[in-house]
Order: sequence, then C-alpha cells, then structure tokens
Amino acid sequence: MKEVTKLIHKYLRHDKKFPHVSCPGCGNGIILGALIRAIDRIGFAKDEIVLISGIGCSGRMPVYVDFNTLHTTHGRALTFATGIKLAKPELTVIVFMGDGDATAIGGNHFIHAARRNVDVSAIIFNNNIYGMTGGQFSPTTPYGMKATTAPYWHIEHAFKIAELAVTAGAVFVGRETVYNAKGLDALIEKALLKKGFSVVETITHCHIQYGRYNRLGTAVDMLKWQRDNSIPVEKAQKLSSEELEGKIITGVLVDRELPIYQHEYDRIRERAREIAV
Amino acid sequence: MKKVLTGNQAVAHGVLLSRAEVISAYPITPQTTIVENLAELCADGILEAKFLRVESEHSALASIIGASMVGARTFTATSSQGLALMHEMLHWAAGSRLPIVMANVNRALGAPWNIWNDQTDSLSQRDTGWIQLYCENNQEVLDTVIQAYMIAEEVYIPVMVVLDAFFLSHTSEPVEIPEGGEVDKFLPKYHARYKCDVNDPHSFNLMVSPEYYQEFRYKIQYAMEEAKKVAKRVDDLFAKSFGRGYGPIEGHLCDDAEVILVTTGTVTSTSRGTIARMRERGVKVGLLKIKMFRPFPREEVKEALRGAQKVAVIDRNISFGCGGIFGHEIKATLCDEEKRPQVFDFVTGLGGRDVTPSLITEIIEYTCQNERPEGEIIWAGMRG
Ligand SMILES: Cc1ncc(C[n+]2csc(CCOP(=O)(O)OP(=O)(O)O)c2C)c(N)n1
Ligand code: SF4
Repeated sequence: MKEVTKLIHKYLRHDKKFPHVSCPGCGNGIILGALIRAIDRIGFAKDEIVLISGIGCSGRMPVYVDFNTLHTTHGRALTFATGIKLAKPELTVIVFMGDGDATAIGGNHFIHAARRNVDVSAIIFNNNIYGMTGGQFSPTTPYGMKATTAPYWHIEHAFKIAELAVTAGAVFVGRETVYNAKGLDALIEKALLKKGFSVVETITHCHIQYGRYNRLGTAVDMLKWQRDNSIPVEKAQKLSSEELEGKIITGVLVDRELPIYQHEYDRIRERAREIAV
Repeated sequence: MKKVLTGNQAVAHGVLLSRAEVISAYPITPQTTIVENLAELCADGILEAKFLRVESEHSALASIIGASMVGARTFTATSSQGLALMHEMLHWAAGSRLPIVMANVNRALGAPWNIWNDQTDSLSQRDTGWIQLYCENNQEVLDTVIQAYMIAEEVYIPVMVVLDAFFLSHTSEPVEIPEGGEVDKFLPKYHARYKCDVNDPHSFNLMVSPEYYQEFRYKIQYAMEEAKKVAKRVDDLFAKSFGRGYGPIEGHLCDDAEVILVTTGTVTSTSRGTIARMRERGVKVGLLKIKMFRPFPREEVKEALRGAQKVAVIDRNISFGCGGIFGHEIKATLCDEEKRPQVFDFVTGLGGRDVTPSLITEIIEYTCQNERPEGEIIWAGMRG
C-alpha cells in the first residue's frame, strides 16, 4: 500500500463521509493533509486528538477525519476548545478556523485565547474571503479588492492574523502557504508540540470566490502567486517595509516561553490549599 | 412593473423603495443574497444609503440601533444563528422604541447544523418586543417590507418581516414592483420624534429605577396593542394605493367550515390547493392564514374560528416541553370562548422537511376522523 493510501485509511472517514464538499482545487485539503502528516509523524494516538472547528468551508474539515471531532458555531470554536482543554488537559486540542471565523465574529475569542495562553493549537485558513457563504469580504480581504459585498472595491484594511496573534500574546506563531505544503507540515508539527497557545496562519486560495471576483486565475495560478510572493521571515528581517508590501512573510514569527494558563491555575490551587491548611 | 424576483430580491426591492438610509448586516445562508443585493444597490448609488458589513450579527443590529437613534431609516437582515446572536440587541431595539425593520429568513437553529426552513428562530424571539409579520409569497414580502416601515414609524416598535428559507428566499416568482414615486407618497421621509441631536439633546437608555421601569414596559405593550390598529390602517391604505392588501389574518372558506386549518408562511399556499381538492370531495374545511404573530391578533382569530368544530394548526416550529407555538397561541386565544373548537396541534416540516399536499390531506383527515387529538402535539410526517 502506498504511504498516502495508508494515511487515508488510518485517518480519514473515507468510507463514510466522502465525497467531500470542497470545490475541486480548493486549498483546504492541503491543510488537512498537512495536519494529518504532522500528527502521524509525532505519533499521537487518534483518540488523543480533539479537532474542533467553527463554521465555513474550513469548518467542514473535521467531518472527514477519524479523531474526536466537534463542529461548533461561527467564531466560537476557541471557546469550546478552552472548555475541553481545561476539563481534560491530557487531550491534544486543535482548532480549525476560517479567517472570518477567527477574526470577524470570533475575533474577540481569538485575542483572548492568545492572551490567556491555554495549551491549544489554532490553525487558521486564511483565504481572504467568506468562502462558504459565497464570497463576502472578510477582515483579511485586502484594501482595494472585490467581494460580493464590495462590488467596486473594498475600503477597509486587512488584519495581519499572525502579527495580531504575536501582539495578543501567543507563544508560538507561524505562517505558511499551502503552496509550500512541506513547510506547512513542519510548521504544524512544531505548533502541535509547543506548550501554550500556538497559531499557524495558513495562506490558502479560494479560487472559486475570491479568485473569481478578482480575476486571479485558476487554483494553480493562485498557488503560483503564493510561491512568487512568499518571503521567509529570516530574509524579511533584512528588507524594508516598502519591499515587504503585499508579500507573505512565512516561517516562525514567534517562539517564546510564557506561563501556561493550566499551570498557573494549578499553582494557585496549590497555594490556596496550603493557606487553607 | 412586473419582474421575476426571489424572496430575497423582493426584500431588497422593498428596502430600496422604502429608501432605507443605513443598512448593516452579516452574511448567513439563506439570507446572504439580501445583503449582496443591497450592497450592490448602495454601491451603484441606486439606493442612497450607507451600507455596513460588520463583523457579526450582534454588531449589525447594534450599529443600526445607533443609526436609528440619530433619526435614520434603518434595515438589517438575518436568519437562524444570526438572529439568535442578535437576541440581546433585539431587546435593546424594542426597549429604545426604535422603528427598525429587519427581514428574517426562517431557518432551523443548531445543533445539529441545518440550513433549511423552520420557524423556531423567529418565534423564539417572540418576547423581545418586535412586531412579527410572516409572508406567504414574494409579492407579500416586498409589500410587507414597505408596510413595515410605516407601521414601525407610527408606533415606534421595530418590525421583523419573516420569510421561509429557500421556499421563498431562493425561489423566483413574478412580483409587481410599485413605482418609486408612488411608494414615496405612501411612505414619506422618516422624521424621528426623539433622536440624539446636538441642537435638541436627548438621552437614550439611562438606568431606570424600580419606580419607573414597569411603566416603560407598559408603554411598549400599549404600543403593541396600537400596532394592531395601525397595521390594519396601513394595510387598507396600501390596498387603496397599490391594489393589494393582506390583513393580520386571512380566512379562506371559513364561514361554513367544520374544520379550519391554521397555517403560516408558504405552507399556506400549499394548503390552498389541498383545501380546494378536499372541498370538491365534500369535506367542509377552511383555511386561516396567520400573518401577524406579534402583536397576536386575538380578536380576529377568535372571530374567524368561532363557527368551527375543530381547528388543525400546522406548526413548523416547536417550543420544547410545551408544543407548537402557533397551536399554543391559538389554544390560549380560545380559552375564554364559550363554545371552543377542539384544537389539534401538528408539529411538522422541521429543518426543511417538506410539507406536501398529501401530508396536509392526512392532517385534515386525522382531524376529521378523531374526536380529540392523541396528545398536546401530533407529530406529522415522521420517518417510518
Ligand atoms: C452567527 C452566524 N452568523 C453567520 C453564519 C453564516 N456563516 C457560515 S460560514 C460563514 C463565513 C465563512 O467564512 P470564513 O470563516 O472565512 O471561512 P471559509 O468558508 O472561508 O473557510 C458565515 C458568515 C453562521 N453560521 N452563524
Ligand atoms: S468556496 Fe472557496 S474555500 Fe470554499 S471550498 Fe470552494 S474554493 Fe474552497
């Protein structure tokens, strides 16, 4: 059996939930693949993993994999995840969110999860648009681009999700494109192994909504665009902000140690018990 | 001018003709095309309105509450989870007595996820102080949006115009579009009686002590009762201007009916055909369509059901632990009648399950054949 077929048989609900609903050529499958490969390499047991999603095209992904999976409401996946991690700290909790999910309706939860530093990994599918509802602009739609709700051009400015996570206090933040699938595998692996709140912003293409309205070509054209506009963070540090305009900075943006919520919580309980005795 | 419009396009046309000034919304299936249509109309300058696409439904309603407080005519639209998320702001819109109009596309609430037709989303907001008007077809949708502004701006109560997911929102029908000038005559520019104005300052929503709070509530209830009269007047005036009227309820073949079927939304249209065929077979059955759910048109409903022996209510919704919401409302309405018809409450069509002519026939036949219902709820159209 080929390696990839083995992975499919082991991790996907291949006999139950397929065919999937993603558009042919969508980048979302690459992200799911990267997660599965990372988990396989680390050697987590399937039942140790909880994969939680919000809603959107990205939110569909947990349906297809044989972990503990939870499909939650729009924007709230991180809050469900926080509850799960605190109740069962031994589980590895991973959250999938769309850019709209994570930074529009769930933006508040996102920054607070980062600040609180619960040991959860958040993987964000940034396709610059609301894919599932048909191509409305999202908080990551760049200024000047089109969407069904911005038929001429978009007048708001985009969030930089990874930088937002850094500022909000996440201990590990990385960014990668689906074009560089191997790099994405490695980045997700690091994020899963990191203790504390880790964020991987994945730049993916929605050629059907975002690409079509903005005449960006096929899925392949959009992948090539990712290739041609990515700059590794080490190289980016030597460039001016003008040179970085419109570029995707990839790699590990932050890897730092900060107190983890659960540990702090345990410490306070211990201390309280000491005082009580 | 006649055009073929989906229910969502009919909403957008209604808002366009009503000249809303500030629109704010967040996309959700099956409401999304309302927002997209309006975004385009605003961007093209056909509708002179500000369009805000915010980061959640809660913010959508909150932002137009702000706009309404400074005297703008406002609009939002949502569905299901989005309406649930607005819940807090629904109370605030009504409590602040703002004449906001919204369209809600009736869609099932999670969990589990479902995007199809179900009335529980809007009906579970019944105590928020909004007028609720349910529509049967796309023409009624367009007309009701225009009427909604006129009602809201007279009684200072927000209005929710409700339409069925997909059966209306995404289904195309010929719709007569009134001339813009005619609508302007019918619905003049909005002049807020109270607003935040630097030249004439007012405050909204400061803390109110127990000595006063109850009176605020009394006034909303009073305005709701007034809304019944106002809605009738507006509908009559609309009928005079445009040749179409709806009423808070519509009775069809009720006068000599032994059994009256009570419906809302698109189930009404399906039932019209079924009833006609059953009449041909000699079954004395009538139909009562309920358009206005809040304020509930108690007197009209009593009057319409007075001669019937039995009433069969179709509820595409459920209040868990109680029953169908319209059924419950009808039972409460009839409780002080001297001669009460037996009410049969059928819960069916949840989460988009089809309510077909044959199912409606079964419902009517069950009602004819049984002295009383088997319980508070009769589950119809269950999987075998
Ligand atoms: C409270 C609420 N509002 C709106 C929606 C409708 N909705 C479903 S997915 C979605 C946005 C999807 O965009 P994004 O999060 O960027 O994910 P993508 O589909 O692009 O992966 C919206 C608005 C919802 N389900 N719940
Ligand atoms: S709409 Fe876009 S994001 Fe959604 S499945 Fe299709 S290509 Fe992917």
